Amino acid sequence: MAVSVDEAVSAGPAGDRRPTVRRRGGRGRAMLEIALLTVLAVVMLFPVLWMIETSIKENRDVYAIPAEFIGFTVTMEHFKDVFVGPDGGRSALSVAFLNSALVAGLSTVLATLLGVPAAWAYSRFAVKAKKDQLFFILSTRFMPPVVVVIPIFLMYRQIGLIDSKLGLILIYTAYNLPFTIWMMKGFVDEVPAEYEDAAMLDGYTRLQAFRRFTLPLLVPGIAATAVFALIFSWNEFVFAIFLTSSDSVRTAPPAIAGLIGGTTTDWGLVGAASVVFALPVLVFAYLVRKHLVAGVTLGAVRR
Amino acid sequence: MPPAPGRSRRLSDRGLAAAFISPALLLLLAMSVFPLLWALYLSFTNYSATRGGPAEFVGFANYTAILTSAQVHQRALTTLIYVVGAVALQTVLGFGIAYLISRRTHGRGLLTTLFLVPMMLSPVVVGLFWRFMLDAQFGVINSMLGSLGLGQVEWLTRQRTALISLIVVDTWQWTPFIMLIALAGLTAVPKYLYEAASIDRASEWFRFRTITLPLVWPLLLIAVLFRAIEAFRLFDLVYILTNGGPGVSTETLSFHVYKVAFLGFNTGTASAYGILMVVVVIVLTQLYLRYLNKLKEG
Repeated sequence: MAVSVDEAVSAGPAGDRRPTVRRRGGRGRAMLEIALLTVLAVVMLFPVLWMIETSIKENRDVYAIPAEFIGFTVTMEHFKDVFVGPDGGRSALSVAFLNSALVAGLSTVLATLLGVPAAWAYSRFAVKAKKDQLFFILSTRFMPPVVVVIPIFLMYRQIGLIDSKLGLILIYTAYNLPFTIWMMKGFVDEVPAEYEDAAMLDGYTRLQAFRRFTLPLLVPGIAATAVFALIFSWNEFVFAIFLTSSDSVRTAPPAIAGLIGGTTTDWGLVGAASVVFALPVLVFAYLVRKHLVAGVTLGAVRR
Repeated sequence: MPPAPGRSRRLSDRGLAAAFISPALLLLLAMSVFPLLWALYLSFTNYSATRGGPAEFVGFANYTAILTSAQVHQRALTTLIYVVGAVALQTVLGFGIAYLISRRTHGRGLLTTLFLVPMMLSPVVVGLFWRFMLDAQFGVINSMLGSLGLGQVEWLTRQRTALISLIVVDTWQWTPFIMLIALAGLTAVPKYLYEAASIDRASEWFRFRTITLPLVWPLLLIAVLFRAIEAFRLFDLVYILTNGGPGVSTETLSFHVYKVAFLGFNTGTASAYGILMVVVVIVLTQLYLRYLNKLKEG
């Protein structure tokens, strides 16, 4: 079964389009369907629009009763507060954003470096108990994070990785590996093994054949996989909140969540921080839209 | 580069496979299996992470305590209501939206992309924002209800509505997931089947029931299983949106494990609890993979 958003987005309609089929009340029904879709789209997008709106409202408009949809004064104060601290220096949030970028970036690089060769090996060779190994790999990704975090917490405390970026990078790498391997295996499967066989007939070693002929063909797949790993690590919250505590190490999700502590919450600031935080994810998701189905099912559903 | 005939193969295929696979497996062993084995060991002890001291072996005491605890039964029921409610809602809505989109010729790409936005957001952002929107005093939802002349609802501070709110927010975030998978299935249905059916003057409902649904169903089932696994292990949204409250009305199993482990510091009990949850996840994962294999063969 062909499963890709590419087709979902661009292929012809699955249903009927031909006038012979739309006999009775075809137009009325089409209008109804469009109306329904519009309502659903508005409902789905409203929270996002409300978040953006809140981020550019002045505080008195944020808390206005009844809520103000239009006609408020636009301000960029909240966005300034996201980056600039009250003392004029760097804000805790901007430090958290930098930490997030570092942790997500490095763990993605590591997961790619470990995952791509493994995926290639699983795709090309008769590995002992391959199915069991692949099942094991996938199942580690499905573990409830709050369960895994208990022993990880104890382990990190023992070896001094608690409240360190390295600790987060390691756990995110392990967390992304199953996804990277499953997704990349799909991409490698699509490259004919004959390319490597032919290269080996020409005298290249297996490794050279992989590096010179298969790897270049995998680059788009690697890019898509890496983007997904990046998004997962960027959004991750559970490990981040339990394994880190200091402002200098904390990533953005727990830092943003920390904004609601205390008696009053500056929702304008929460909105602005959320917008800044979500923006790269939306851009990245748009870049990999062709691979969304594979990406969100950990690469398990492809073809 | 010219061919290099006769260059010695330093690594055999088997060696190369081992060299490429073992680093990944080692990391997973160190970061997943070892911690889980540790948890398994602790689950048979009365260890506490704060008290420290040596772990004392207590046999299956932790397990029997959990399995017979009325508290845990209640959390299991809450989790079940939440998982079944959220996944059912998402499936119906997601499939509905996918079906509507698949019938459109124009603007499909744009529509799909727009609908996918909630899924891409971090649970923290989603949880926080819904918390703001559902606020009883100045939340926009109550504000809109008010301007429609309807009463105010204390979404997150009343026992029954809090669980409903959790289901609604989860549905908002993950309906796009089901929609995406369903849409992929719907667009893969061969067009000639519909053409054949329309020549036979089959009714729309008949075509939906005999062509569309049977062909999309396997993929939809996989999406449902995937969502069930994810919903079962959900923690972050509960933590941000309701913090388990009011009372324990939104305390799912995941959240309860956290409380036992990090607020009660009964590490041994929490470990046993966690192991039991892992068993459930493994069973669900097995089902997921079984249907995945069926889909690939079919």
